[in-house]
Amino acid sequence: MDTKIYLPFDTEKFCKLKVGQKVLINGIIYTARDQAHKRIIDRIKKAGLKGKTKDFFDFRNQVIYYTGATPARPGRIIGSAGPTTSYRMDAFTPLLLKYGLKGMIGKGERSVAVREEIKKHRAIYFIAYGGCGALYSKCIIKKESVAYFDLGCEAIYRLNVENFPVIVGIDTKGNDLYEINRKGK
Amino acid sequence: MRQIDIDAITKIVKNLCIEANYFLSPRVLKLLKNAYKNERENLSKQVLSQIIENCKIASKLKIPLCQDTGMVLVFIEIGAEIKIKYRNNALLNNLEAGIQEGVRRGYKEGYLRKSVVDPLTRENTQDNTPAIIYTRIVPGDKIKITLSIKGFGCENMGKVKMFTPAAGNLEIKKFIVETVKKAGANPCPPIMVGVGIGGTMDKAVLMAKGALVLGTKSLVKNKKITELERECLKEINKLNIGPAGLGGKVTALGVYIKTHPTHIAGLPVAVNISCWANRYREIEI
Repeated sequence: MDTKIYLPFDTEKFCKLKVGQKVLINGIIYTARDQAHKRIIDRIKKAGLKGKTKDFFDFRNQVIYYTGATPARPGRIIGSAGPTTSYRMDAFTPLLLKYGLKGMIGKGERSVAVREEIKKHRAIYFIAYGGCGALYSKCIIKKESVAYFDLGCEAIYRLNVENFPVIVGIDTKGNDLYEINRKGK
Repeated sequence: MRQIDIDAITKIVKNLCIEANYFLSPRVLKLLKNAYKNERENLSKQVLSQIIENCKIASKLKIPLCQDTGMVLVFIEIGAEIKIKYRNNALLNNLEAGIQEGVRRGYKEGYLRKSVVDPLTRENTQDNTPAIIYTRIVPGDKIKITLSIKGFGCENMGKVKMFTPAAGNLEIKKFIVETVKKAGANPCPPIMVGVGIGGTMDKAVLMAKGALVLGTKSLVKNKKITELERECLKEINKLNIGPAGLGGKVTALGVYIKTHPTHIAGLPVAVNISCWANRYREIEI
């Protein structure tokens, strides 16, 4: 049986999730990928987290989903919305974790630095099924724009998801599924 | 002389963009179903079943298989004995413009993601053009259009190496397998591996890309190539990268090699990787 979690309320339960465990995410997640990360980091570097402005997105205690969806066909909430490759965000992630990001959803391996920060801040990295944008489209029940609208598909959206299937890739103790697999079980 | 309207070509390109993004080719789907049968581990089987389910949902809802609806490559072979009738407007007054217009319409009408940006300013072109177009003039009075959709999760993992002729099959094989190993989970395995051996640097890369379009009849392969393909596939599937990079027997669904004569002083080898969602269409008119 897959474990169900409800976000953002269940972030305290992250420490109970083990690497390799199948999880169904329910509730709120935020999309952000390359350009949005760049802007958030620029913002933090300039003003720190206190300088809150309208173009600032408060990611503290939230989970970010690395995706850039296709446009929605009329009558649909969102188009295809699968995960993008996570390593491109590795340069930005440690700082976000330091400032309170609780989790990430993407695909592929993370850097050692990211893994260490995940462990340090008891955060989590979920792996979504790569290329399965249609599958995930069905799990998204609401979509609202949050920030950086000019970025189009790379803007930040708040998604309400239902039974969104993922696997724990790096747990709060820093156990890494890809690494375990590489070293042989 | 046979004559064809540019509008017909534009329409075909538009439709191929949409179809390729919504419906996985039956040949690739069959490879995925076989992979599902061959996998033993729980997690890798789970990944493959989700992928197969994803393909069903995409074609049922008519939405893209993957949100990365890629960059479009168009390989067009034009018979020397066919005349294309152009229109008197800038969008359709030459072949290249007509193809780009097809891509533009396909990405708009098919609700596909526009992922093409200026390389330096990163400014989006807003319509997924320009597509990369390769034109060849061939004998006859037909036009063959091959369209390939390339996402960049896998495109970023490709490599080219200029070997010296001292290198043999062993070195080539090592390079191919190493490239796949380094790519790991990033290109959405189970992958397909296109390889170009010989020619010039650019020719090798182009062959590697072309090799990923399965079903092209043009190339008769000799035994040596088929053997090298088989050996590479065997080595790759020993890497235990597996579906989604979570371990398993099926890291690659296939290795496809094309060769071309090269220079006495060189041996270019290129590897181009496709994710499991290898999206292409071919049509002859």
